[in-house]
Amino acid sequence: MIDARDILFAYPAAAFSLEISALQVGRGETVALVGPSGCGKTTLLQLLAGVEVPQSGALTVAGAEWSGMTRAARQAHRLGRIGLVPQNFELLDYLTVRENILLPCRLGSALGAARDREERCLSLSERAGIERHLSKYPGQLSQGERQRAALCRGLIGQPELILADEPTGNLDPENQDRIVALLLDEAKMIDATVVMVTHEPSLLPRFDRALDLRDLCKKEVGV
Amino acid sequence: MNLAGVWHLGVRYLRCSRAKTILLVAAFSLVWFLPPSVAILVRVGEQVLQARAASTPLLVGAPGSPLELVFNGLYFTKPKTPKLPFEVVEEIQSTDFALAIPLYARFASGEHRIVGTSLDYFAFRKLEIANGRSLLRTGECVVGAEVARRHGIRVGDAVISSPEALFDLAGVYPLKMTVVGVLGANESPDDAAIFTDLRTCWIIEGLGHGHEEAALAGADERLATEGNDPAIRLNASVRTYHEITPENRNTFHFHGDLDALPITAVVVVPRDTKSQALLKGRLDGREDLLLVEPAGEIQELFATVFRVQGFVMALLAGIGLATVAIGVLVFLLSYRLRRAEFAHLRLLGAEPASLAALVVFEAVFVMGTSLLIALTGLLVLGKTAPAWMGTMLG
Repeated sequence: MIDARDILFAYPAAAFSLEISALQVGRGETVALVGPSGCGKTTLLQLLAGVEVPQSGALTVAGAEWSGMTRAARQAHRLGRIGLVPQNFELLDYLTVRENILLPCRLGSALGAARDREERCLSLSERAGIERHLSKYPGQLSQGERQRAALCRGLIGQPELILADEPTGNLDPENQDRIVALLLDEAKMIDATVVMVTHEPSLLPRFDRALDLRDLCKKEVGV
Repeated sequence: MNLAGVWHLGVRYLRCSRAKTILLVAAFSLVWFLPPSVAILVRVGEQVLQARAASTPLLVGAPGSPLELVFNGLYFTKPKTPKLPFEVVEEIQSTDFALAIPLYARFASGEHRIVGTSLDYFAFRKLEIANGRSLLRTGECVVGAEVARRHGIRVGDAVISSPEALFDLAGVYPLKMTVVGVLGANESPDDAAIFTDLRTCWIIEGLGHGHEEAALAGADERLATEGNDPAIRLNASVRTYHEITPENRNTFHFHGDLDALPITAVVVVPRDTKSQALLKGRLDGREDLLLVEPAGEIQELFATVFRVQGFVMALLAGIGLATVAIGVLVFLLSYRLRRAEFAHLRLLGAEPASLAALVVFEAVFVMGTSLLIALTGLLVLGKTAPAWMGTMLG
């Protein structure tokens, strides 16, 4: 699912650079990405999502080699194959919870028929325990409910790869557990690969692997 | 994201921030609407005033302001216009050069002017009776179409003249007049006027009156008969009439010479160009009269209005530019506030073109809606202004 070799990425106007000699993650595998703040976890997720492209090396994600693709092609590939779960929910205030969950379907037309999407939205929200809030606006929800809604949005397209950037960072331990359980259960159901950034050591045993980005940058890590 | 998606997100955003959207649309609608509406109103106003002025060859009044005379004689405003004696009408008529139509537009009933005139006026202005009949007797009136429509007045109803000063008991007489006819709509100040004969106006003014016959009045109401003087003097307790009916019509009378009673203007309709020139030559030099050509006066008035309009337009343009600048600032601030939202949409997979479309959607919606509202308003104004300005500019 993910194959990175000798990739180098640096922001043009910053001293920071990320070098990874090798990273492989298989289909259906769940990986927790750890490391201190500022070591490049979010940057790595952006590289995996195709938002940024490494200056050198080869990076193949869900069957696509990012460096050989245009921005539009990367966006289309991301929309169809990759689900994103941000730390700060990033729900649009002016859309209802239901509309927020279905937002990726609005952005791309290749995510199935309208009726299937609605059914998927309903079943996802039922499993996330937010089905009663579908017609509410994000401002009317608790932090945990908002993160569950953001998770449903990341899963609505039945992605092959789910990239989650500290989705439990703003939550209490009870909600952290609930979100991670939901994420991993849903990923298992659709045989999706999960890469989740986290700072919470108690969550690590739930994943197949935990990768420290500092180690990743020095030696080859593979499956 | 296709156009439907952009539309969906754009409309949902505008709905969510509806107070801001409504304010922006209202402000821009005014920016688009105001300058052209001023131009339309001035143009229509000029056409309406000029049309009536052009159809009135000459106007004679007492010395004073020519413009005031034009407004009194044509549009029935300026009731305090200096008065001239009725004998001027007969004098002009006797020259055989023109038809002279007297006008006494001083009194009102509510917001409507009571215009005392002769039947020639109806023929001159081509006013037709839509219901009822024309004026026959003193104390009757014919109302304009707008007066009838606004107050639901029908033939047989009554109209009462308004007193000029509430506590001036000896002043203008509140007279109840019977409506005998309703005029057809003419889209002119005639629509908002109440027409009666000159005698009725003079009675309203207190220059003529009707009261109980002295011989029938009780002893208390008589003051005295002095010596051999056959005159009976009556005190204030004698009953005066406030309505002219068939029973009391004969008791109405005027003290003094009718020719000396006042009017405010004379519409002069010369028989031909030569007659007009001769009449002008005869009346122009008179110190006791004012002779004006209404079309020239209105033209002069609008020359001033157009100069003022230029300043107003420049002012409105300045206000418009300021509003547009503030609007642009609002859009820029809105974009700044939504930057995180757009970044996330891009992360989710929205194409840059769709995001650009989403950014301009708000501006296009506000500008488009406000333009549509302004254009609709201007169309309605352009269609309706001639009718209501014709009635209102009286």
